[in-house]
Amino acid sequence: MLTVEDDERIRSAVKLALEDEGWTVDEAESGEAAIELFNRNAPDVVLIDIMLPGIDGFELCRTLRRTSAVPIVMVTARNDTHDIVAGLEAGADDYLTKPFAAKELSARIRALLRRIRPSTTRRSHMVFGELELSPEEGKVTRSGEEIHLTKTEFRLLCELAENAGKVFSRENLLDRVWGYDYFGDGRLVDVHIRRLRTKIEADPANPRYVVTVRGLGYRLET
Amino acid sequence: MTATVPVGPPDQRSIHHRLRLRPLGLRRRLLLILTLGSMGLSLFLAITTYGLTRSNVVTQRDESSVDATRRNAQLVTSSLRGNPPNVQDALDALRGFGVQRPLIWYRPSQDWYGGSGRFQASVLPEELVRRVVTDAIPARMILDVAGETNLVVGWPLPDVGAYFEFFSMGDINSTLGSVRLALALASVITTGLGVMVGVFAAQRSVRPLGAAAQAAKSFASGRLDTRLEVTDDPDLSVLADSFNEMAAALQQRVERDARFASDVSHELRSPLMTLSASVEVMEARRDEMPERARAALDLLSSDVTRFKGLVEDLLEISRFDAGAVRLHLEELLVAEFVRQAVAISSVPTARMTTTQRSETLLIEGDRRRLARVIANLLDNARIHGAMADSGEVTISVQEILEADGQLSKVQIAVEDHGGGVPADERSLIFARFARGGSAGRRSGSDGAGLGLALVDEHIRLHGGRVWVEDRLDREAGARFVIELPAEELAPEEITDEEMAT
Repeated sequence: MLTVEDDERIRSAVKLALEDEGWTVDEAESGEAAIELFNRNAPDVVLIDIMLPGIDGFELCRTLRRTSAVPIVMVTARNDTHDIVAGLEAGADDYLTKPFAAKELSARIRALLRRIRPSTTRRSHMVFGELELSPEEGKVTRSGEEIHLTKTEFRLLCELAENAGKVFSRENLLDRVWGYDYFGDGRLVDVHIRRLRTKIEADPANPRYVVTVRGLGYRLET
Repeated sequence: MTATVPVGPPDQRSIHHRLRLRPLGLRRRLLLILTLGSMGLSLFLAITTYGLTRSNVVTQRDESSVDATRRNAQLVTSSLRGNPPNVQDALDALRGFGVQRPLIWYRPSQDWYGGSGRFQASVLPEELVRRVVTDAIPARMILDVAGETNLVVGWPLPDVGAYFEFFSMGDINSTLGSVRLALALASVITTGLGVMVGVFAAQRSVRPLGAAAQAAKSFASGRLDTRLEVTDDPDLSVLADSFNEMAAALQQRVERDARFASDVSHELRSPLMTLSASVEVMEARRDEMPERARAALDLLSSDVTRFKGLVEDLLEISRFDAGAVRLHLEELLVAEFVRQAVAISSVPTARMTTTQRSETLLIEGDRRRLARVIANLLDNARIHGAMADSGEVTISVQEILEADGQLSKVQIAVEDHGGGVPADERSLIFARFARGGSAGRRSGSDGAGLGLALVDEHIRLHGGRVWVEDRLDREAGARFVIELPAEELAPEEITDEEMAT
């Protein structure tokens, strides 16, 4: 795991706590150092503090996203909708606010890394209109053209596709995709749905595939 | 002897009070001034006009009457100087000229002649008679004769007596009457116009005040960017400029205070992060520690948790103060939402009751914040219910119907069996850092008491309200009620969808 954090005390304490949870932790104190370490060590997960000197957390997120689908968890000191949505839009898969517990972070990351649960009903190939989904290969195409999704977006799409036509509440999706077993908040789901739409929908403002069901949640149109 | 006059502050105050019992608004004052002004002016004009007209008409009549009397007097004189003098001839001659109300005092016979009808010598005032008859000076006087105004002109006839003639002024009176009526009407109309202008002017002149009042109200309700429109009017621009200056200064100050609180809590988070991660590392080794170190660690760890909560609350409150709270609104099925919020709260076993209709109610809400509200209320109920060591906490959801049967609100109520809240503390407990007094609503170990203040702020931001009252069953305990705007899910939206499980 790579943690990017400019405050040395926090970095040390978080590293100690995460190592207790069984992680091997690389530390970077700036965005520049993080990119270098990322290219050298290819971590499984990146933990980014949004407030960084030099390249800020959002920018680092976008830079890493350009080349990699690695799960990214961002850490904010504020619980402002603005920061969180901006971070998720920049490509983060999940977020935590300071101060967080290492146990919780660890559980989140494990959920993000968990492979899609094997299921007896899983089909290896699903078609919705022009959209073709191959869960085992991790591939989505629209009109034959491949669409690049992050791991989280892909899992979100697969969950919806598994039970196409049924409505998933936000909690439902949080539980299935992010592994939250508590009452999370809807921003995470909403931003990811929005990002998913911009990638798979011809007109994201009037979605054809991932539609909103008023008061209930989301559904994939068959 | 001195009389004792009660003077002193109490009396002065009562005078002040009495004076302020009838405050006259600016608009009314303006209206009153303009009304009185226009009324006064039109009355003055009317009275002056009337006076001039009257004196003009009367003078004219006066001169012509005196002329006529002089002429007639000469006629009478010549008749009476004839030989033999004949009063009756004189009278006949006068009648021939159309004189209707002559009266002749004939000295040789010391008698009156020619009185017709009511116009007799008996109605003449003694003063007039003496002046004309005794002093031989022409004189005139206005007299009321049997309800009719008359001008009497007396003319001395040298040697033979005196001649008097009555001139009716009834026609003048009726002329003046119509003039009076016309002027009165004109006065009323002018005053009316004045009142109308007054109303208009008063409204016009206080309109900028209304705008200023609106702006001030909006400012007070938290919209700190409220400003008055800048006008060209030099009188109004003074008001607008100073209001805007004040608003800008206040806004700056409020924002600075809010930013300070926000910065403080923000800065506190970094050391808290280190503390909390370090405590976690130590807790993982709790079993290896000596007993005293373990006890110290437990204290440390519980206070780090409390500190976290406090910083979180402070940050949220400071966001409210800065007006920086943006809700992430979702449509939520209220009953289901409350069920989930209870499940993750500190009282997951709280008994919950819902009405059938409330199960299909939608609210627009920020899930995270509303869950926090419910958690805070349940926390509160748990702590104070536990203190009384009795009974369970219950939470209920029910719809509220308007008078016309329309559904517009939903109530979520949390009841406990604690000490309840005395009536005089009910509005106070939603204040920041409020701790209940006599009833012991807030115990010392319960932290800073931002919980209910946050509930209040959150619910208000959602367009609802929160209050505390007695339990519905009248048992000891408190009932906290949240009321939020709600709407009903259309039936087809329920039946069409099959929820994935």
